[in-house]
Amino acid sequence: MSTKQRKRKPAKTAVKEEKKIAAKLIPIYIMGKRYEIPEGLTIMKAMEYAGYILIRGCGCRGGTCGACGTVYRKPGDYKLQVALACQKTVEPDMYIAQIPFFPANRATYDFAGLTAAPEEVFKLYPELFRCVACNSCTKACPQGIEVMDAISALKQGNIAQAAQLSFDCIQCGLCTSRCFGELAQYHMFQLARRIYGAMIVPRAQHLTEMVKAVGEGRYDRFLEELKRTKEDELKKLYEEREVEPMAAGEDWKPKDRRYL
Amino acid sequence: MSLAYYPGCTLKTRARNLEEPAVASMEALGFKLDEVPRWNCCGAVYSLADDDLIHQVAPVRNLIRVKKQGKNELVTLCAFCLNTLKRANLLMRQDVAKRDTLNAFIDEGIDYSGEVKVVHLLEVLRDEVGWAALSQKVKLPLRGLKIAPYYGCTLLRPREIAIDNVENPTILGEFLKALGASPVDFPESTRCCGSYQVVSSPGDIAEYTRPILNSALKNGAEAMVLTCPLCDYNLGRGQKELAKKQSGFREMPLLYFTQLLALALGLGPQVCHFELNHGSPESLLKEKHLLSQVESFQPIGGQK
Repeated sequence: MSTKQRKRKPAKTAVKEEKKIAAKLIPIYIMGKRYEIPEGLTIMKAMEYAGYILIRGCGCRGGTCGACGTVYRKPGDYKLQVALACQKTVEPDMYIAQIPFFPANRATYDFAGLTAAPEEVFKLYPELFRCVACNSCTKACPQGIEVMDAISALKQGNIAQAAQLSFDCIQCGLCTSRCFGELAQYHMFQLARRIYGAMIVPRAQHLTEMVKAVGEGRYDRFLEELKRTKEDELKKLYEEREVEPMAAGEDWKPKDRRYL
Repeated sequence: MSLAYYPGCTLKTRARNLEEPAVASMEALGFKLDEVPRWNCCGAVYSLADDDLIHQVAPVRNLIRVKKQGKNELVTLCAFCLNTLKRANLLMRQDVAKRDTLNAFIDEGIDYSGEVKVVHLLEVLRDEVGWAALSQKVKLPLRGLKIAPYYGCTLLRPREIAIDNVENPTILGEFLKALGASPVDFPESTRCCGSYQVVSSPGDIAEYTRPILNSALKNGAEAMVLTCPLCDYNLGRGQKELAKKQSGFREMPLLYFTQLLALALGLGPQVCHFELNHGSPESLLKEKHLLSQVESFQPIGGQK
């Protein structure tokens, strides 16, 4: 960071400060203690505003890593609600608790030795059959996954369906924290997606052929050609390259087919 | 005609030979077994504990989801699923306090009080198709096939959910007659196969199944017809044990009623998945000219 930028920063902060004073403050409760927080902040930013320094449970801050699972309740409502702290903006009077980690049984296995048979999942996770269909897992999912349906799919031997239903899982573990039968749903789904990806989805034949062709050196001379090209010429080639149109059909081919 | 249909977990894994011939047969009879889109385990076994409401959640949730789709009847194939779903349904009809607790907990957005009628496929065949109409659709009559109709417990007990006369059931026998087969009456046709007792005491399997199998054999049965994957498992394993223990004991093919239905309707052996049966029916079916001499399948019975 340059000095210039550093000099500029206090001025910026001063402007922000004015805005902060203007922002409406709302009360929230973090681990039972009341804080006044400017509205519009995410739960995570609200915690930092309140003085918490987050060194764990704050991963990507983009809603994809699953590290900031949060449960909260509003006064007068018995329903427990869930959110990702980095995504959910604070609401007045919410009582917040972070569940950044929850202990969960994860089976160890030699993946190469597995098959796509339903019994593989039953053997590694026999607790699957402790599910009583209470549906608490589904209610606890901040991603809106039909968690219990995916567990049912595993019981029914439908690994593909379990993988597809759980596709948006970010492994936050909130389902597991609520499970009556002590299942670690998200680890079971990870196994299902691994089996699905490796053994159930049809192989992409064209990819195998292309990898083989690359391995056999079919494209080596083009690479060599590129390596010898001067920078200016490279830039020109890049700028004048033929781009596939957005609405191109599957049968689209470039005009220059030397490299196909 | 479309029927809301509940398969059950085992029918999707071990007992595909119960489900697949049923779906194909009903299609041939003009009915579509329309699998309900979101279903979970039926609960596997009906909990008899008075304060164990959590184990009613699974069957009741299934029934609520059927009601939410606007369906008022649910067809089952597995006798155990029928039993669990029908008894939970009865609880929802009769016990107001437990109904309220379950509705509040299950939280599916609608209240349920047992509106869906749970039926077994045999009841559909008897009451909606009719034995006479069924026998007219038979293309390959199962002539000369002497079969013991085995009911076990779950189609008939308790009395409140029985699909037929509890003491003297005839539904399977009439079904077999409609297909052209010869039902073999035997006194142990409603005796328990051991059910889930064999989980805690696997060594007792032969003793549970011995009276049933011996009684059927003594009365001249060449095969036994079943409606339940757990009966199939216990009787199949029991036969293997008895063959080792009892000199002169003869194993017989165990067949699901839906396999016989598909075979008689002329749908061919492929749809029946005989390879999944305990004890291969291959030689018996060939002997009765119900299977061509060239057809063959590998049974799983030998691996047990």
